[in-house]
Amino acid sequence: MKTTLTVNGQLRHLDADPRTTLLDALRNHLNLTGSKKGCDHGQCGACTVIVNGRRINSCLSLACMHDSDEVVTIEGIGTPEHLSALQQAFVSHDGFQCGFCTPGQICSATAMLDEVEAGWPSHVSADVTAKQDLTVEEISERMSGNLCRCSAYPNIVDAIMDVAGSAKR
Amino acid sequence: MYSVNYHRANSVDDAAKMAEAGDAKFLSGGMTLIPAMKTRLAAPSDLIDLTHISELKGITISGRTVTIGAGTIHYDVATHTDLKALCPALCHLASHIGDPAVRHRGTIGGSVANNDPAADYPSALLAMGATIITNQREIAAEDFFTGLFETALEEGEIVTAVTFEVPEKSGYAKFPNPASRYAMTGVFVAKGKDGVRVAVTGAGDNGVFRSEPLETALATSFDAKALEGLSVPSDNLMGDLHASPEYRANLIVVMAKRAVLAANG
Repeated sequence: MKTTLTVNGQLRHLDADPRTTLLDALRNHLNLTGSKKGCDHGQCGACTVIVNGRRINSCLSLACMHDSDEVVTIEGIGTPEHLSALQQAFVSHDGFQCGFCTPGQICSATAMLDEVEAGWPSHVSADVTAKQDLTVEEISERMSGNLCRCSAYPNIVDAIMDVAGSAKR
Repeated sequence: MYSVNYHRANSVDDAAKMAEAGDAKFLSGGMTLIPAMKTRLAAPSDLIDLTHISELKGITISGRTVTIGAGTIHYDVATHTDLKALCPALCHLASHIGDPAVRHRGTIGGSVANNDPAADYPSALLAMGATIITNQREIAAEDFFTGLFETALEEGEIVTAVTFEVPEKSGYAKFPNPASRYAMTGVFVAKGKDGVRVAVTGAGDNGVFRSEPLETALATSFDAKALEGLSVPSDNLMGDLHASPEYRANLIVVMAKRAVLAANG
């Protein structure tokens, strides 16, 4: 099945079996192994990528469903030489232990900060019309799709708050 | 996952024609169908992708009548400004489905067509007396949800929209499974021109159902106090590793109280 994706700003062509998930296409066909396969069932968020501006579980989509879509993976967010603000904050705040969930956490948090900037409320937002202050509760809800089995959550939250410019806990 | 053929439909008619061949299944957000195919619980020969059909997307409001296209994602229901002003309970419900990544792909049409016994939307549609519109006919919610993962849909029939009259008051409360966020028990209450209707999801061993004892109590007084001391039978409730039927029976009353409180603002 011929599929064309724009991945991290580059046009990429693949010819894969229709049952190839977007995650497998990225990892096995395009050699972008930053996105991780954790549960492969949409529960852990390790495979989170940003498609057409929205974060999704790449394991729960077939690559062919995304023909002509724009995909951003962790490789498109920063490089070891030029870390994004969130990547730097995860390092500074030690926002991981084993690091397996980290690419998904950072893709998810990158899109999440854009969602907040665009004024998207969450169900814990007290005032859904005002710009949201990223409290611990807001971040916990908004990042609820990304699990960390090492439980680095406090440091992940600190890293996100740092970048969001939230008041310190 | 077994081998499958993929077809991208550009219109509902297109999709219906594509489905005539083989053992085809319609693919919407894929939040349930794709995992089911991975575990080989589902093994269609062909997948008809409905996600690129623009006529299936969007919310239209005319007076107090709301119509939501089947391809509308949960996120768009949760954040629709006009819908929130008219029927905040439904936006609240949508904002509690799964997590943000799931809400960006999962659709209302997919949810009702799948009829998971712990899905949120069936309770709202049943309590509000909604109508499910397909490419062939209109089906009352009452007749649509027929059992566990079972609906009145015929082979090749596609849900195109759901429509309902916004009740005078409505509220939803659920006790989510902390991992999946599926309802371990969810209760939607609606007070409208047909009286009070209470629909329960996540608890029944045959899917979503209306609770007569709760409806009777709330018909007298639409107040959480009217449910004080009330209990509902645990017959025909689900028991699993998360909760026993008796625990779910208790949750039904607790969630109903919270839903009524929310409905009364």
